[in-house]
Amino acid sequence: MNTRNLILFGLVACLYLATGFLQSWNLSLSILNAALLATIAALGVNMQWGYAGLFSVGTMGFTALGGLAVVLISSRPNAENWQAGGPGILLALVLGALAGMAAVFAWRRLAPGRMRALIVAAILIGGFFMFRAVFDPNVIAAEAINPEFAGNLGGLGLPSLIAWPVGGLLAAAAAWGIGKTALGLRSDYLAIATLGIAEIIVSVLKNEDWLGRGVKNLTDLPRPWPVPYEVELQQEPGFLDFVANWGLDPVTASTIGVKLLYAGMFGIVLGLVIWLFERALNSPWGRMMRAIRDNEVSAAAMGKDVTGRHLQVFILGSAVIGFAGAMMTSMDGQMTPGTYNPLRFTFLVWVMVIVGGSGNNWGTVLGGLLIGWLWLVVENIGPNIMQFATMPFPDGALKAHLLGSAEHMRLLTMGVILLLVLRFSPRGLIPEK
Amino acid sequence: MRMDALNALVAFLNFVFIPGLAYGAQLALGALGVTLIYGILRFSNFAHGDTMAFGAMVTILMTWWFQSMGISFGPLPTALLALPFGIAATAAFVLGTDRVVYRFYRRKKASPTIVVIVSLGVMFVMNGVIRFIIGVDEQNFSDGERFLLNPNAFKEMTGLAEPLAIKTTQAVTVVAAVVVVAALFWFLQKTRTGKSMRAFSDNEDLALLSGINPDRVVAVTWIIAAGIATIAGTLYGLDKSFKPFTYFQLLLPIFAAAIVGGLGSPLGAIAGGFVIAFSEVMVTNAWKRW
Repeated sequence: MNTRNLILFGLVACLYLATGFLQSWNLSLSILNAALLATIAALGVNMQWGYAGLFSVGTMGFTALGGLAVVLISSRPNAENWQAGGPGILLALVLGALAGMAAVFAWRRLAPGRMRALIVAAILIGGFFMFRAVFDPNVIAAEAINPEFAGNLGGLGLPSLIAWPVGGLLAAAAAWGIGKTALGLRSDYLAIATLGIAEIIVSVLKNEDWLGRGVKNLTDLPRPWPVPYEVELQQEPGFLDFVANWGLDPVTASTIGVKLLYAGMFGIVLGLVIWLFERALNSPWGRMMRAIRDNEVSAAAMGKDVTGRHLQVFILGSAVIGFAGAMMTSMDGQMTPGTYNPLRFTFLVWVMVIVGGSGNNWGTVLGGLLIGWLWLVVENIGPNIMQFATMPFPDGALKAHLLGSAEHMRLLTMGVILLLVLRFSPRGLIPEK
Repeated sequence: MRMDALNALVAFLNFVFIPGLAYGAQLALGALGVTLIYGILRFSNFAHGDTMAFGAMVTILMTWWFQSMGISFGPLPTALLALPFGIAATAAFVLGTDRVVYRFYRRKKASPTIVVIVSLGVMFVMNGVIRFIIGVDEQNFSDGERFLLNPNAFKEMTGLAEPLAIKTTQAVTVVAAVVVVAALFWFLQKTRTGKSMRAFSDNEDLALLSGINPDRVVAVTWIIAAGIATIAGTLYGLDKSFKPFTYFQLLLPIFAAAIVGGLGSPLGAIAGGFVIAFSEVMVTNAWKRW
């Protein structure tokens, strides 16, 4: 950490402070919380791309899986829906998994040839119809009950904090499956494959109503311990006394208090992730990863298991992304599969890593906080700038159109920043040592 | 019994074959652009979906202008008249992008992965420009005759229970795709520039050694890619509807098509486009019915 980097971090801190002083502290803290979560996800991407050179653009999928974990763990149980179809759906999923395993087993054990292809195809097709035969009636039964308010199987009703590591585990498990099939691919192909897989994950979440109500959204997810609800806080005597002593407005103070609490929790997670990642980077394992990234052939010649290490780093990075995704859904208090958009949840995170400095965790943190701030602030400031820029124009359709589309400035801004950094400082703001 | 078989055949034609054919033609054209850029410029262009959207956007704006002046193309969509303007604007835009952005990395011989990330930046910029100019909403710009074969007329004519519809846009799509592909292959096989492009794609060093001007090859590639992308984007918009975000999402089936056909192979891209389109249409159709 040299002076230059400290100045850079100081400047980014000034951005948040300026937003707080000039606009509102509520806005500044919401931006900070969103940026902290994106930064944690960006650290996961940095591990995959910066440490190991894996060009994986499936970030959105792992974020969504983290959100699913919150739904499964902490949403309220729906006993009736569960009774109507829960066990049947689970049975169907187990049957489907067994059919898949049987197919893999047959593929490995039988001698190659037309016979093997036929048997494996028969297992897969038969397994598919068996799965659908059990799955469909149960899904229809479960979704039929109380569809306006529930219609999903419901969660376990456990505290939201438990869902965070579960989100990481879920993403890690998915990453294992994806890695097993896709990591053998060359860079561009891996990118397309992971982009597609992320779309598959989100489209499953959108369409399987029994899982998390799909596009009907699941809204009443509980807050993680120890974050209170603003309304409750405003009625608590201790808090009211404290606020009165400082001469603050109880409503504003409660919203800011809640956001500060979130910021603290995310900050702790971020700190832990950085500590672990820095330890990993500066260990023999980290040196091995960089050796593999810089020259796969020579690393393999030195006896390093390139495929195995790629799979490992892919799983670790994805788990961190899943963890961040779970924290996000938990903070939002709702699961809205329709809002998962690759521009926001995959490519923006990539911009953070590239701008900050791929391969450097501190660089990624700087990039995350800077880009996270820009992404949300350009949306707010863009219309103001446009208002100013269009002042000489007469009122009319053109002016209204320009003002209306000013919020799309942020995509343009992100693109220009990414291109400028790649051109003039290709290793990022804080380059890898 | 015979009636049932006929009905089934008509249903297949109506719900799978004709939509699949039109969609396949659109994907094939998109994949051709991706594959050309991959073969000659040697990177996967993530901004291609947005290039299609940009071309379609300019075409739409020109179409609206023509429509406001009362110019029409008879039974055919006016957008076809506006296409040359869309192609010219898109070609100018991508040539500008190449000059400002890509040329630097080409000269430096940057690794393909870096150029892909650069194209992500271009994708963001184009996405922003498009949303800035035309907004995020769905735009309709199709006009002219709606059906080449009206479903009700078909039912009356044949007395079958299942309808068969051929939209004008579907017919136009397929015809345009055939014309474009034929022209492209003639260009690549027969003209001097086309041959130099293929030589450049096969072996860059050898091509340079034999005096092929790389800047010219690159420029021609961008112009052709912009032209095909604009045509593909406009046809897709005519057939379905124009919405910027949909074009970004088209990136996935287009790359799937190019990869199935083998990145860098134009013939493969066309085959891949139809394979992807028919599997998509058939699977979704089967899923809905059974």
